[in-house]
Amino acid sequence: MSDNPVDQGAEDSVGYVSIRQLGDRDIMLLRGDFAFHGFNGALVAATGLGVPPRRGIIGYGNIQVAWMSSDELLVMTDSASTEKIAKSLEQALKNQHFLLAEVTDSRTVFEIRGDLVREVIAKLCPVDMHPDAFMPGEIRRTRLAQASAAIWMTDDHSVRLICFRSFADYVFNLLKAAAKPGNEVNAFEKAI
Amino acid sequence: MSTRLVTGGRFLDRSEYAEFTFNGKPYRGFKGDTIASALLANNQVLIGRSFKYHRPRGIVASGADEPNALLNLGEGAEFEPNQRATTTELRDGMICKSQNHWPSLEFDLGALNNILFSRFLPAGFYYKMFIHPRPFWKHVYEPLIRQSAGLGKAPKDRDMDDYEHFYAYYDIVVVGGGVAGLVAARVAGEAGARVLVIEQTAHWGGRVLVDGGTISGQPACKFVEDIVSELESMGNVAMRKRLMGAGIYDHGYVLCHEQSDGHGPRHRLWKIRARRVITATGAIERPLSFAGNDLPGVMLASAIRDYAVNYAVSTGDRTVVVTNNDDAYLTAIQLKELGLEVPAIIDARLDAGGELAQKAKDLGIDVQSGMAIAEIKGRGQVAGVRICSQAGEGTVLGEIDCEAVAMSGGWSPVVHLWSHSGGKLYWDDKSAMFRPDTKQPPTGHDGNPFVIPAGSASGFLSLNDVLNDACAAGKSAATDVGRAVMDNAAPHSRACKTAPIEPVWLMPQGADIGKRMKSWLDFQNDVKVSDVQLAAREGFESVEHAKRYTTLGMATDQGKLSNINGLAILSDSLNQSIGQTGTTTFRPPYAPVSFASIAGEARGPLFQPVRKTPMHKWHEDNGASWEPVGYWRRPYAYPRAGESLRDAVNREIVQTRNSVGILDASTLGKLLVKGPEAGRFLDMIYTNTMSTLKPGRCRYGLMCSENGFLIDDGVVARIDENAFLCHTTTGGADSIHAHMEEWLQCEWWSWKVYVANLTEQFAQIAVVGPNSRKVLERLGSDGFCREELPFMSWKGALLDGIKTRVYRISFSGELSYEIAVPAKKAQMLWDDLIEAGGEFGIAPYGTEALHVMRAEKGFIMIGDETDGTVIPQDLNLHWAISKKKEDYLGKRAQMRKHMISPDRWRLVGLETVDGSVLPEGAYAIADGKNCNGQRNTQGRVTSTYYSPTLGRGIAMGLVHGGLDRIGEIIDFQKVDGTVVPAKIANPLFYDSEGERQNV
Repeated sequence: MSDNPVDQGAEDSVGYVSIRQLGDRDIMLLRGDFAFHGFNGALVAATGLGVPPRRGIIGYGNIQVAWMSSDELLVMTDSASTEKIAKSLEQALKNQHFLLAEVTDSRTVFEIRGDLVREVIAKLCPVDMHPDAFMPGEIRRTRLAQASAAIWMTDDHSVRLICFRSFADYVFNLLKAAAKPGNEVNAFEKAI
Repeated sequence: MSTRLVTGGRFLDRSEYAEFTFNGKPYRGFKGDTIASALLANNQVLIGRSFKYHRPRGIVASGADEPNALLNLGEGAEFEPNQRATTTELRDGMICKSQNHWPSLEFDLGALNNILFSRFLPAGFYYKMFIHPRPFWKHVYEPLIRQSAGLGKAPKDRDMDDYEHFYAYYDIVVVGGGVAGLVAARVAGEAGARVLVIEQTAHWGGRVLVDGGTISGQPACKFVEDIVSELESMGNVAMRKRLMGAGIYDHGYVLCHEQSDGHGPRHRLWKIRARRVITATGAIERPLSFAGNDLPGVMLASAIRDYAVNYAVSTGDRTVVVTNNDDAYLTAIQLKELGLEVPAIIDARLDAGGELAQKAKDLGIDVQSGMAIAEIKGRGQVAGVRICSQAGEGTVLGEIDCEAVAMSGGWSPVVHLWSHSGGKLYWDDKSAMFRPDTKQPPTGHDGNPFVIPAGSASGFLSLNDVLNDACAAGKSAATDVGRAVMDNAAPHSRACKTAPIEPVWLMPQGADIGKRMKSWLDFQNDVKVSDVQLAAREGFESVEHAKRYTTLGMATDQGKLSNINGLAILSDSLNQSIGQTGTTTFRPPYAPVSFASIAGEARGPLFQPVRKTPMHKWHEDNGASWEPVGYWRRPYAYPRAGESLRDAVNREIVQTRNSVGILDASTLGKLLVKGPEAGRFLDMIYTNTMSTLKPGRCRYGLMCSENGFLIDDGVVARIDENAFLCHTTTGGADSIHAHMEEWLQCEWWSWKVYVANLTEQFAQIAVVGPNSRKVLERLGSDGFCREELPFMSWKGALLDGIKTRVYRISFSGELSYEIAVPAKKAQMLWDDLIEAGGEFGIAPYGTEALHVMRAEKGFIMIGDETDGTVIPQDLNLHWAISKKKEDYLGKRAQMRKHMISPDRWRLVGLETVDGSVLPEGAYAIADGKNCNGQRNTQGRVTSTYYSPTLGRGIAMGLVHGGLDRIGEIIDFQKVDGTVVPAKIANPLFYDSEGERQNV
């Protein structure tokens, strides 16, 4: 579904971190009973990945599974495998109570990269971005100023942020303003 | 005369000048100066005028406690009023202006208040004087007072600077970078805790840099230098200057305000969560209350030595020191050592036998014990002091000429932050100060103390005590956050023999009313000893009442200098101890923070999010006039060249009714409700029955709150056996999602139902009008005829190769299709539809046309016909309320007596007799008046429009008696007092048989 994206506005930007909109991911929302033995099995069979730990994001290559709540996951895939994974999940879970919905079109993903990426996020999100506190492998649902968002780190210098599509311009402009050169905080410099 | 000394000045970089102006006069300071020190260095002693009497005022203090030296700073887009000269670092090119004077600082007409009217402006004057006659307050008194009172000017231009927030988390935040804060931070840092140390000024070390002493065998300055570099080398300790601890709140929330060092955002607001907070906030010196203590040249003793040592500023060749404690002797000694004259130390105590007193005497300074200042000589500036005996009533025993008076009434610990979050205080008689009561600390979520005072903020004034207390505070905080502390001894300092302070609240103790009227307590708000005494006599015994009656401590400095002196006078007048009187409440912020920093990034284009549908840009390019709907922007109408908005709306309606129109309905909420019990769940959520809906079919439904009130409506489509798609209003998308989750999570947690908010996954395009079917068929798909897609049903369809879901539903009464399409393909489909509709003149229509068309059909709109007090029955929607269901949310509430009362106002249509459009929200008047003397009413307008279809005004309203009164004419009041008669009618104004959509 991610061919021909028509999202407006968000071009690449370089402040003291770089901000880039990513358009190459398909996203599915999966709700179900994690404790039910068949659920994890179905997920593993479809994605090769099990249910991540609380506030965790796991994945390899082009597939990631993120914990969104005690009964909700996001499954992020490349568009080539989306349909196959969806079919596999639906098939395996058909006798269970679950909800699978594609939400690719409703979300926008940004990649924010740079040595000071942590502090740019900390200007906007009430999250402890200290390197000891927030590490790759963790996902946080939070807010970015007045917009809902979830963030995770793919390495120590890059953050991925997912938000609702309609907020994309707002979020992009927020990030750009927070990353204005000269406005560095250098709050985590010692720790990094 | 105040001037710059040739050498010295710890904070100065004499290699770099900073040029600035004060009231247009060019001055020069050095890098490292504050505005205050630079003004004093240029002999600018007169800085402003006081609030009420416009008395000449100079600099009193050297820090955040300064009451007088508030300036208008900068110009145009950089302008900032009420900036404290003592805490603002001087920068090259600064433009400073004094405040609160007219026409000029030197010649101020308002000062006549002082000469002519001061006996008429005592405490409570406003309350007494301006109460009668009533209208005079608004029209005469208030404008006059506003003209003469007030401090800085309001900025006129848009602020050009950047402001931002920063969220940070630490184990321990140490507020205050003096020696206590540094020592506490080192202990906690060594234990491995994540620590932030903040200092409001641009320098580490605090008072000890000026007051000197030795710490662990080293000069204090060297100790500070070492400990700072030690802390800087610790990876787990962050240090930040120019960051003020503004407030401490529950759950370890600490709000801090950062000033720019010349780079980056002007202010940054730090929102910190800390597990423990150490308040090493120091202490503030108190003034003494004697006649003329507000004259420029009378300063705090500590401030005079701060200016001398830190900024190489002499505040006068001759300085008389007046004190009731040993500390002020330091000022005398320092000045003497700098080669300046100290003609006398006036010590109110009979016995001043401490080490410092001896040292002063050894330096040849005249120490006069048991003495007081009777009054200050000089007009506009200190010329000398007249002295008297402290025990007496003020008989002048001698005169001493001088340019400056250094006063010290003792020290008050800065307990503000301790108190913000609930820490209690006790009055320590021996030290004459309120101290944090560590037995009653602020407590966190777990009931444990989370604020720990340290050093002089805790009431310890000797250096050795400060070091011990700070070390203990650091250990305690580190232990609390689960760190093992090393058992290192605290740094030590030799104890200095001191004579005890003697509380002196009035000087001399028997000062007559003439003197008391000139003895200032609150410099900024012009409150004198006589005012507080008057308040006490008039019965204002509670400190909070006396504060508000006299305005003591209510200025921008929040009484940092005045509060303790004021409540001591109050206690004395009430003949009770200071502890009994207590303090007023300390509230954040400690010192003012800028509004801009609170707003942070939320200004200009980022003030609020603007949510955009996938077709937003198209609307913009096609001349949409926007309407904000929540965070969304929706096209209100698309006016063409030469067309008014009204014209555009009318054209859009006519086009749609006659041929075909197209609407971006993407903002509508779309909630997927799935699970084996989804039908059961929706039967509870909606007033009507959804579980009986067949897959492929749609049904309109109403949602009520538990209290029975209508909260949302929309069409539910059954997707399959297990899944429903619930359409909500635009505003309801998030709130109804939350409403559903709340019921599922809190009440019906065992029900097998999941909800997903798919609002943004699908754009929704409505193609509306008699030609809409032909437009759809042109996109290569048929099957939209009434047999294959009857009214209130849906089907999946490929439109120009795009997978869509087509709902045959109508909010306009026309043949109408709403097409759900994945958001990323929406613009493509929109373009296709516009092209396919070309031959029918297809045109986009906006929200206003949508509203008019639904009103022509008598369809309700949540938020127009409902306002949180309306139940579906009021809107004649009984047909959408199941009688068979055992229960649904709101059912029981709707059976309450008031809900079934025949007196409830019910929905009707309204047709003005003259065809005009009723004013929005107009009330229908009834005979007589109510118990408040207001005209009785019998209804109100909920929606009102001009209908181009009918060529007249149409309206809906809630009216007493509802449709039972069809045909009656009632009067609606206009703002101008005239009335519009309107006939009560069926709200279904157009196509009452529903023929138009039945095709």
